[in-house]
Amino acid sequence: MKLPPFDYACPTTLPEAVQLLSAPEGDAKPIAGGQSLVPMLAFRLAQPTLLVDLRKLADLRGIKISQKDVTLGAMVRWREIEDDERLKTAHPLLKAAVAHIAHYQIRNRGTVGGSLAHADPAAEMPGIAITCDAEIAVVGKSGARVIQAADFFQGALTTALTPDELIVEVRLPAWPAGRRWGFEEFARRRGDFAMAAAAVFYDQSEDSKARNAHVGVIGVGDRPLRLPSAEDVLNGRAIDEAAIGAAEAAACAAVDPQDDIHASAAYRRALAGTMVERALKRAAARAQQ
Amino acid sequence: MRVRFRVNGREVEVDVEPRLTLADCLRHHLRLTGTHVGCEHGVCGACTVIVDGAAVRSCLMLAVQADGADIVTVEGLSNDDDLTPLQKSFRKHHALQCGFCTPGMITTAHALLSEDPECDAARVREVLSGNLCRCTGYIPIVEAVLDARAAYRAKMASDRGGERA
Repeated sequence: MKLPPFDYACPTTLPEAVQLLSAPEGDAKPIAGGQSLVPMLAFRLAQPTLLVDLRKLADLRGIKISQKDVTLGAMVRWREIEDDERLKTAHPLLKAAVAHIAHYQIRNRGTVGGSLAHADPAAEMPGIAITCDAEIAVVGKSGARVIQAADFFQGALTTALTPDELIVEVRLPAWPAGRRWGFEEFARRRGDFAMAAAAVFYDQSEDSKARNAHVGVIGVGDRPLRLPSAEDVLNGRAIDEAAIGAAEAAACAAVDPQDDIHASAAYRRALAGTMVERALKRAAARAQQ
Repeated sequence: MRVRFRVNGREVEVDVEPRLTLADCLRHHLRLTGTHVGCEHGVCGACTVIVDGAAVRSCLMLAVQADGADIVTVEGLSNDDDLTPLQKSFRKHHALQCGFCTPGMITTAHALLSEDPECDAARVREVLSGNLCRCTGYIPIVEAVLDARAAYRAKMASDRGGERA
């Protein structure tokens, strides 16, 4: 369908963008890559009066890697993450997850900030943010603030952002060498949203026991989820078949998906467990390499 | 709004409503009807064009967002009346039937082969997963793209040779 009418602005500075989004009248929305927003417009699920294009805001660009963290500017496109050789060691889990996002043409346009702000419960980037304890730096009319990923996602397509706020960047804590990890996703067709996916990682102590286990899933709730009960099963144990089986059972017990047109709740629950199981097997296999 | 960009090497200026997609701008304002509009919500890939070197869905981009961009559509791939090696390969392998998806297949494959002429069948399939075809069953399309790699490799080699000389 053709898009509903709206006005358009393309500011060149962050304060200008915030000012446009803070206008008391009307309903202004930022547009980054537009790969989620434009379909929403086509379906009339969104009918803003003003679109504020973020493409000229240099402050939102670039991938920075430091001792402390990996910082992704809100306007970093998936393609930039795919092409960045440094991320193979600086954040392999992120790189693996991005490979599952939509299609080639969409990865050329879609952005990190856009995906976080859109907050689709089955989207990969929100899942990585939740699993990795990301910090999301935002700016609005009352200034800058940092929102923890755990507080950011509040439901399907719902975040802690106020209408005048923009995501500036997302910071993922630095990734130590030797960390074990896995990302597994199931979709019926390549590029579709995940029916379920799991992102897992853990560090290994000298006695080959897992510690600092993180288990996250997408596609099985109204937002991306961390599964502390599955993490508790893993911490302090060697990641063998029994541990993986226990984590799978804990994951199945922890999620509470709904029936929908794509799958029954029971199917999705089982799928979440299977994704956690496969991701942990992948992680453990990496440990032996 | 007035918008200026390059399309197939030509500078153009159009006056458009902000809500006009790049796909509709190309078709209705610039009469470049080679770009096909299928689903209008980013699923089918028929409207793929190349913006600043990257294949994108022109139904998911506003014409106003293209201001200053360099755009190549399917019309821009061949310089004259002759077909490009990729297009010839599509003909040779019967990689189209109704032809509706073909412009998107060609622009996507052209972008892929231009950046990675060594790509394997798995990569071709992964990239073309964003383009729906309801006729061919994809096998001849994948074969056509793989067969066209040699031409892109040769072009890349001659471009590199040119740089050295």
